[in-house]
Amino acid sequence: MKQLLSGNEAVALGAYLGGAAVASAYPGTPSSEITPAFARFGGPYAEWATNEKVALEVAIGAAYEGARAFTAMKHIGLNVAADPLFSCSYTGINGGLVVVTADDVGIYSSQNEQDNRHMARAAKVPLLEPSDSQECMEFMRLAFEISERFDTPVLLRTTTRVSHSKGIVEYDPELRTPPAVNGFKIDISKFVIMPAMARKRHVFVEERTRALKEYGETSSLNRIEWGDSSIGVITSGVSYQHAKEALPDASFLKLGLSWPLPPGLVETFVKRVDKVVFVEEVDPFLESEVRLMGLDVSSHHFIGKEAFTLLGEYSAGLIRSSLAKFPELGIDCEKPTDHGTSVSLPDRPPVLCPGCSHRAVFYTLNRLKAIVYGDIGCYTLGVFPPLNATHACLCMGASITNNFGGEKAAQFGERADGRPRVSVIGDSTFLHAGIVGLINAAYNQGNTKILILDNQTTAMTGHQDHAATGKTLMGASQKPLDIARLVQACGVEDVKVLDPFDLRTFRREVKAALGRPGPSVIVATHPCVFVDPRVKGRQAICIDPEKCSDCGVCLKFGCPGVYHANGKAAIEQSVCNGCGMCVQFCPTDAAGTQKAGKGAKTLAISGGGER
Amino acid sequence: MSATGNGARTGTTNFFVAGVGGQGALLASDIIAEAGMEADLDVKKSEIHGMAQRAGSVFSHVRWGRNKVDAPLFSDGEADFLLSFEIVEALRWQPVLKKGGIAIVNTQKIYPVAVAIGNQSYPEDGVLEAEFAAGGQKLISLNADDIARELGNVRVANSVIVGVLSRFLDVSPSVWRDVLARRVPARALDVNLEAFYRGRELSADV
Repeated sequence: MKQLLSGNEAVALGAYLGGAAVASAYPGTPSSEITPAFARFGGPYAEWATNEKVALEVAIGAAYEGARAFTAMKHIGLNVAADPLFSCSYTGINGGLVVVTADDVGIYSSQNEQDNRHMARAAKVPLLEPSDSQECMEFMRLAFEISERFDTPVLLRTTTRVSHSKGIVEYDPELRTPPAVNGFKIDISKFVIMPAMARKRHVFVEERTRALKEYGETSSLNRIEWGDSSIGVITSGVSYQHAKEALPDASFLKLGLSWPLPPGLVETFVKRVDKVVFVEEVDPFLESEVRLMGLDVSSHHFIGKEAFTLLGEYSAGLIRSSLAKFPELGIDCEKPTDHGTSVSLPDRPPVLCPGCSHRAVFYTLNRLKAIVYGDIGCYTLGVFPPLNATHACLCMGASITNNFGGEKAAQFGERADGRPRVSVIGDSTFLHAGIVGLINAAYNQGNTKILILDNQTTAMTGHQDHAATGKTLMGASQKPLDIARLVQACGVEDVKVLDPFDLRTFRREVKAALGRPGPSVIVATHPCVFVDPRVKGRQAICIDPEKCSDCGVCLKFGCPGVYHANGKAAIEQSVCNGCGMCVQFCPTDAAGTQKAGKGAKTLAISGGGER
Repeated sequence: MSATGNGARTGTTNFFVAGVGGQGALLASDIIAEAGMEADLDVKKSEIHGMAQRAGSVFSHVRWGRNKVDAPLFSDGEADFLLSFEIVEALRWQPVLKKGGIAIVNTQKIYPVAVAIGNQSYPEDGVLEAEFAAGGQKLISLNADDIARELGNVRVANSVIVGVLSRFLDVSPSVWRDVLARRVPARALDVNLEAFYRGRELSADV
């Protein structure tokens, strides 16, 4: 069978064909599509977990019980799940366990560009790096076998370009390992990881690494492609594809098992080529491993990060231009001709969608001159003009803890700016890592003001369900978690649930909360336009040019549907979904839901003039 | 070795598809890629999705060829075709198109927020034509949204554009038909096919 699949879909297919029984994940770009695809292919059980640590522990539990299981997360998610990963490396598994880390090389949708190959080395677990969709499927399948054979969790690393690229995957759907559960095997020396046991397991871990090196010498995961012996490329992952295109005649050592490295294979390759070129995005991981082997070659034998950047994605063109600096390699890099305009073009960065309720929240916070500790989600876009209402954003949950920490520091001096501080955190992010910070702020007598933007979905990563949406990944209905009651249980009595689209009330209540002592939480509830069934039936708003006084108020909250033409405000009908925020603001009642220009009365949703 | 590496040597065809989130540009690139697979070519397709929900720039690389396609990306000046669903996006990505390449551009204007709030301006009429002429590239411009609206569904503008492209490719109409049938909702298949053929006929004249 032949299918055009993304790397993410192919990983899911490999898990399905490899007999995985349980998948647990928290969504994170570029990994989010893996777990739902596993369920679509017919995977027996898949779930959205509260966070990555929970997800990995669920998968470990399934593996302890003797089933094959996996979790998938973005690179940064593995920081959250590092605790169970590092200790599970010691306990080992029972059924096969694979941890998929999808690294965001190029930082398309993340806070940093960390290279999670270091995590494999640090946790001492084998690392597989597929180069394309076909390998994503094959390596995932094989990862379960390696896991069971060597009694170890396996880290499978993709990068954004592998996760989101599509390629042809050929497979036989009949060749599926049926999911099986062998049952928990009591062995306290292995599964109870106290110091006395851990010291013995550490011996096992080092022995396992030695055995994995040996396995890598002959495994199909690693291969040498002999070509011209003047240049030998050592590479892995998507860099292999770029390098093949850039240097089609060179010799290649392609590493699919890129930690631990097979010393014999590396030595054979290094000694038979005139120059070794390391082509790897981000950090010099393979390069430092190979250089540390202390092979008997001159240091001029190697070209690595002295040629290549540590930043961002590579391409065939970048590889050639980087190597053209070394005349002994004889690589020309005449660039193909291209033409670009000298006219300055307007930027089109990602923006909050038309009808997004976050816009109402940030407009309000802007008007209240708040300094805003933001968090991870669509609402980070509140930083851009004209909303300009996010001033810090660090990691999942930090909006609450950073704000609280600043508040404690401010006890010892005046805040000269006189501006209020507010934490803004989404519903899914709050459940992921916000709760613990809230408990801390309540317990330690904070004064922290928190807005939980409850849009009833995990929006930015593609609208996944979570504990407060009332639905599971497998489609079952479930009583939604009550965020307001949870907040109260954490020790914050001052909780209100409000719709931010009711702008006047919302602003009044936020202002009031800022004036009260003690911690307070406002749950700003309004569904994301992608999950709100009411959006489909709504009419687009029109602005009556006769009534428009060109005051510019409706242009101040950055709705992509509102623009300015011929001295009047206007609304792009194909974009507007009728949220009515502009109607609330319009002081002349020019914005309304009836077609403009027909002499008909415009229908205001509520009185204008809110400014 | 050639300046462009393996791609030029092995006869890979490169497509670059650009648009604004919500226009269906990514679906169009999926359809092109699947048509290549159905025509027994090797195919790679690459795009980034995540942060842009609606109204941000989106783009996709599609490559196909009789031989193995290695890299999922190509560099500036290497695209044989540039498909853009909006004027500014066509100008933004013009550098990817090779000299002598073909640009198929939907002349729909979508104002970015920076233009809407008056911080930046939208290029004047005529810039599109002048720039592609200066680049030595063939420009096929049409308002696919208008054609789609005429057919009763503005969402099929992407099928019009794919139809225009299809005339330049050695892939049989039945392949395109099969792929459309697989990728669009059943109730919208007829209107998508109509849009595809309207585009295909339009490009017969150029």
